[in-house]
Amino acid sequence: MILSKIYKNTLLILAACLVLTACATKKEVADMQGQMQSDVYTGTDTVEYLADGVPDRVFFATNETVLTTASRETLRAQAAWLRKNSSINVVLEGHADERGTREYNLALGERRANSAKDYLMTYGISSDRISVLSYGKERPVDAGSNPLAWSKNRRSVTVKAN
Amino acid sequence: MKKKLILLFLMSLLPLKAFALIEVDITRGNLNPLPLAVSPLSIDDKSKKSFEKILKKENIGSEISTIVENNLRTSGLFNPLSKEAFLQAPDIANLKPRFEDWNLIKAQALITGKVTYVDEKLRVEFRLWDVLAAKEMMALAFTTVPSNWRRVGHIISDKVYERLTGEKGYFDTRIIYIAEEGPKTQRKKRLAIMDQDGANNKFLTLGNELVLTPRFNPTSQMVTYLSYFKNLPRVYLLDIETGTQEVVGDFPGMTFAPRFSPDGKKIIMSFARDGKSDIYTMDLENRLVEKITNHPSIDTSPSYSPNGRFIAFNSDRSGYQQIYIMKSDGSNVKRISFGNGIYGTPVWSPRGDLIAFTKLHKGKFYIGVMRTDGKGERLLTENYYQEAPSWSPNGRVLIFYRETKTNAKGEGFSAKLWSIDLTGYNERLVETQTDASDPSWSSLLSN
Repeated sequence: MILSKIYKNTLLILAACLVLTACATKKEVADMQGQMQSDVYTGTDTVEYLADGVPDRVFFATNETVLTTASRETLRAQAAWLRKNSSINVVLEGHADERGTREYNLALGERRANSAKDYLMTYGISSDRISVLSYGKERPVDAGSNPLAWSKNRRSVTVKAN
Repeated sequence: MKKKLILLFLMSLLPLKAFALIEVDITRGNLNPLPLAVSPLSIDDKSKKSFEKILKKENIGSEISTIVENNLRTSGLFNPLSKEAFLQAPDIANLKPRFEDWNLIKAQALITGKVTYVDEKLRVEFRLWDVLAAKEMMALAFTTVPSNWRRVGHIISDKVYERLTGEKGYFDTRIIYIAEEGPKTQRKKRLAIMDQDGANNKFLTLGNELVLTPRFNPTSQMVTYLSYFKNLPRVYLLDIETGTQEVVGDFPGMTFAPRFSPDGKKIIMSFARDGKSDIYTMDLENRLVEKITNHPSIDTSPSYSPNGRFIAFNSDRSGYQQIYIMKSDGSNVKRISFGNGIYGTPVWSPRGDLIAFTKLHKGKFYIGVMRTDGKGERLLTENYYQEAPSWSPNGRVLIFYRETKTNAKGEGFSAKLWSIDLTGYNERLVETQTDASDPSWSSLLSN
């Protein structure tokens, strides 16, 4: 009885190990490919979900605040979800990469978050439900000093406010 | 508090006889710093014992002279000689130096002095001697509370610097900065203050909220900075003596990039709303707010000229961040940076003739200076990342912060303060207890 339990646990651990190794290998490959198009991040591995199928963040090109096609698609999904969940308010957190002066980056983060806000508003979300908060370059998600890390950090993240 | 300090500095000027024979030229990079000897300040046994009890320092005379020595060395203009080589005892040297002895060790100038304990006060007299001319150049005495002993060392350094260079010093000053700790993705930041030489470090906030970009009021003990208190990035005002704090930029949006006007009566800052950042001023007395720039671009990092008549700032109205100047009412906006790359964080020199800036070009960051018409650009230092220069009160030295590049795993991040002379020489790490950024240099505490 006890033996069989140990045996079972070992199997579970082995299985877990296998899954972990698989993940690690996959991630490495993704990193090596550097999921970027020109210099906009296109990966999904850092994205958290507001709800099933609704990614929380959009990415920007260097020094840019223009929304890409992928970003607009993400924001339309967020707008649809927000229309269905009308009691939820959001904060749009705007961020910049580390390759700019601190104060300018604060303003740039604010502008990026507002560019996402404007898009949500054109899809019917009231500005009363959206607040904007810029962190400039103060809260990177990736500590790396390389183009891929910077592309992940140039983002606007939609966070539930309540 | 400051008033009290000034009152306690009963400074008496003893007669001056000599004319300047030694001159230090600080307008060029000084590759041959002036050799000088800082003799330990002499102290009688009774005074020594008293100070040992009060200040827990074995010999306050040599402690003060060490401060002077370190300050002068750090300036890059002077080369304080090793005390090992000194032939004359401190007390005798202060009475009448044997100039041949000091000449022998190649000292061109000599500093001597005496410390005494009088009426529960610290009395320090010091003399500056021209060794080659065999003459006294300067003699001063200070009386103050014993706990002020470090400041006495800084004031002596300032007097020597001023006498030998012809310009005011910058040693009796403080640096306000952001102390940083923790991983790059979750940096804990605290407001901190220290003496210019790193002593008397004090943390002014606890690190519960993000704080950034502190600046001194040039005329008082007030500081303005950005705090994310309650997740609302706003400009705050802090009295560093009393600890009282208040929000001054409570507008419906983010207020950031604050500085004081040269008379200390206004705060100039940026206000961001709906993706636009403009520059505003607030009169601290009547709280009147004035909008200075009005443009859909990002206008930030403002800096007043020392006479208060002009403002330098950076704007991306041309497509990229560049430096502009305008009259203080916002009229006559004129772009002045036209070199390759992007330009930011203009800071007007206290002397009025130069603007220091950060430049990004081909993936490198530079600290540089240009004239106020944008001409005569000189880059002083190049690195992976550095920004936010702040001038010493005499306009001869810039302090800024530098961040390191991390490795492929995102490890190895650090942020440190550095200083460099206007000449581009004498680049030095400014030691801090923790990592540090956003330094701002105070005015001289005493004059």
